[in-house]
Amino acid sequence: MNKVIAKENLGKNVVRFEIEAPLISRKRQPGNFVIVKIGRKGERIPLTITGSDAEKGTISLIVQIVGVSSHKIASLKVGETVTDVVGPLGRPTHIEKVGTVLCAGGGVGIAPLLPIAEAFHEAGNRIVTVLAARTKELVILEKEMRAFSDELLVMTDDGSQGMKGLITEGMEQIIRRETIHKAVTIGPAIMMKYTSLLTKKYNIPTIASLNTIMIDGTGMCGACRVTVAGQRKFACIDGPEFNAHEVDFDELLIRLAGYKKEEKYNYGEFLKGKVAN
Amino acid sequence: MIRDEWRKELRKSMTAKERMAIKRVVMPMEDPIERLKGNTEVNKGLSVFEAVKEAQRCLDCANPPCIQGCPVGVDIPTFIKYIEAGDFLKSAQVIKQSNLFPAICGRVCPQEVQCEKNCIYFDKLNKEPVAIGYLERFVADYERESGTTYIPEIGKISQVKVAVVGSGPAGIAAAGDLARYGYQVSVYEALHELGGVLRYGIPEFRLPNHIIEFEIDNLKKIGVKFYTNIIIGKTLSHDDLKESGYKAFFIGSGAGLPKFMNIPGENHVGIMSANEYLTRINLMGAAKQDYDTPVFYGRNVAVIGGGNTAMDSVRTAKRLGAERAMIIYRRSFNEMPARKEEIKHAMEEGVEFLNLNEPVEYLADENGRVNRIKLRRMELGEPDASGRCRPVPLKDSEYSLQADMVIVSIGVSPNPLISMHMPELKVTPSGTIEVCGELMKANVEGFYAGGDIVRGGATVIAAMGDGRKAAFAIHRYLSGI
Ligand SMILES: Cc1cc2nc3c(=O)[nH]c(=O)nc-3n(C[C@H](O)[C@H](O)[C@H](O)COP(=O)(O)OP(=O)(O)OC[C@H]3O[C@@H](n4cnc5c(N)ncnc54)[C@H](O)[C@@H]3O)c2cc1C
Ligand code: FES
Repeated sequence: MNKVIAKENLGKNVVRFEIEAPLISRKRQPGNFVIVKIGRKGERIPLTITGSDAEKGTISLIVQIVGVSSHKIASLKVGETVTDVVGPLGRPTHIEKVGTVLCAGGGVGIAPLLPIAEAFHEAGNRIVTVLAARTKELVILEKEMRAFSDELLVMTDDGSQGMKGLITEGMEQIIRRETIHKAVTIGPAIMMKYTSLLTKKYNIPTIASLNTIMIDGTGMCGACRVTVAGQRKFACIDGPEFNAHEVDFDELLIRLAGYKKEEKYNYGEFLKGKVAN
Repeated sequence: MIRDEWRKELRKSMTAKERMAIKRVVMPMEDPIERLKGNTEVNKGLSVFEAVKEAQRCLDCANPPCIQGCPVGVDIPTFIKYIEAGDFLKSAQVIKQSNLFPAICGRVCPQEVQCEKNCIYFDKLNKEPVAIGYLERFVADYERESGTTYIPEIGKISQVKVAVVGSGPAGIAAAGDLARYGYQVSVYEALHELGGVLRYGIPEFRLPNHIIEFEIDNLKKIGVKFYTNIIIGKTLSHDDLKESGYKAFFIGSGAGLPKFMNIPGENHVGIMSANEYLTRINLMGAAKQDYDTPVFYGRNVAVIGGGNTAMDSVRTAKRLGAERAMIIYRRSFNEMPARKEEIKHAMEEGVEFLNLNEPVEYLADENGRVNRIKLRRMELGEPDASGRCRPVPLKDSEYSLQADMVIVSIGVSPNPLISMHMPELKVTPSGTIEVCGELMKANVEGFYAGGDIVRGGATVIAAMGDGRKAAFAIHRYLSGI
């Protein structure tokens, strides 16, 4: 079960996996995620399903190496297995034909954006995409995104690829130029905060997919709670997508940083162990 | 009641006066200071000598009131008298006719409001009741350690398949009985480990994991199949299960969703539900060396609530090094829903009880981490719908307290995963599945439910009782008797 079928490097510290998960591959819809765990002592972490092949019975996941768990996952070789995979979790994206959809993805947030852009494209929408990253090596999935986009713009902080500047600058250029009916924004919380402020200014309905801390993914722990329109929501069962204009991003930012100290320490110890071994 | 000869003899071997002169056994316990250094079980269990002596106290009443107090009707005097006679394995068999999991129930049942409350010693003689719970645990442990566990007989094997959703007490009790009736039983569990709350909620120091594993292994031996990492309604739908031949369903999906109080600051870092805290520790091993899941180590830990979950959380925090571990509860000791023994153990371990207090707001430092709680004092007013006195806030009683970690343990609501994906299933306004009476039958043909998903947060034994009733109803439905 859950055998790694294929593995590919997508850029600096970003890896794509195709893993066996026949039941999930049949049920999965854009916007869904899985929770995976590596080894008996592993942590449960959420990963968006970026693609699936129901006939082969596989799903694809994209992992950015940021800590112990992502490091462990990224170290898996073809033929090895992921200890636990459960899903598909979360509510699927509400896909409809609206006209033009602006897809704004930053960093590893481009991975969860891919299946959503694909679905909106298939529903007959015009897709304009803005991808952003700090630097060239961190721009992932450009080719794949291009396949579903009528137009695609890359923004880098240092200008090493595409235009130099922030994602919001690229988005605003487009918004000023043509009518946007809907926006989808996925990336680091701080980016989503500013992209949604921008679309709010232009009154564009926007969805954001929130990358909260999670444990079970079934509504049981409340670690994933966020405030949306003044109400408490659990990202794993009520989300992960919400009306971006109603999300309290400042609270999300603080909560995401909650375990940073512990995680950093763990990762340090883990890497030390690796060197020692 | 007709008594066997051996039992009549046993009865005559001591006078009632002699029996009543024996003092209730004291459970041997791990020393409170030692306890806090690790996660070992607090209650060590009775010795053979202690168990037999305690069994002698039981007067073997003609109309035993204790049985009425047991939600599953265990034949208590009979199992106790087998202990007195020294036949511990037979005693275990007697319990297992009504309760397949005595090692679990002997540890976590609230005996003081069930069987022991009805015991004639307590009810009529104004003495301490017979320690029924300790004795139950004793025979279960004796049997397990003897290596000759009684595996119940299995009825005529049938090829009919039955699916059980959830591997908590309700699910495993239903699965055990269904397998005994001869059905092909599959249990589907959303998490990566089996046992429901027994596994992710109740800590090792109260219910060691090896006991849950042992009981689940016994179910595997009688043919029950377990599948982890499968969420019914997500990974597989009930229609998928019907297509693969399942003829009846038992839903024991529990009351997973933690409630919060909705007061300002409740989403600050360092504030979490008891489920989150206990899951990190018990299911994910966060406090163990080499496990990847992180957890906070609070210095001043406040736990909001007075139930078993609150006691488990506060005692866990104490074991993880909290200098102050506090229970903040809006009523008084009398109304506390936790088992009496857990409250006692918590006190021994140095837990502080701030009863008649209620949090009104949480404050945080510049990093968003909680650092103070604003509280107000309460007094008890008239009884409310639950029959307990309603707590009323005292005017101008607000004050604040230092806390760098807060665990909210004010109850749970039903897991909506199933009902969300089965709109035809009738649920109450509070989200519990509606069942018709003793049959535990839901409004959809072939569907039965029990445990916390039907009752809201209840008890292990109530969940097990539901599972068994439902198994019997499913058996009648499938076999047409
Ligand atoms: C910390 C804590 C301490 C407690 N202490 C005591 C005590 O001392 N004594 C006592 O009597 N009671 C105690 N209780 C209450 C008791 O544990 C519960 O009443 C009991 O576990 C309910 O059993 P259940 O089988 O209905 O549900 P659960 O034990 O909650 O099990 C439900 C299971 O179903 C799974 N599930 C849910 N949805 C799905 C789905 N769609 N597909 C597949 N699987 C699913 C869940 O993951 C879970 O494992 C305690 C509860 C807690 C939280
Ligand atoms: S991850 Fe536990 S409730 Fe959402």
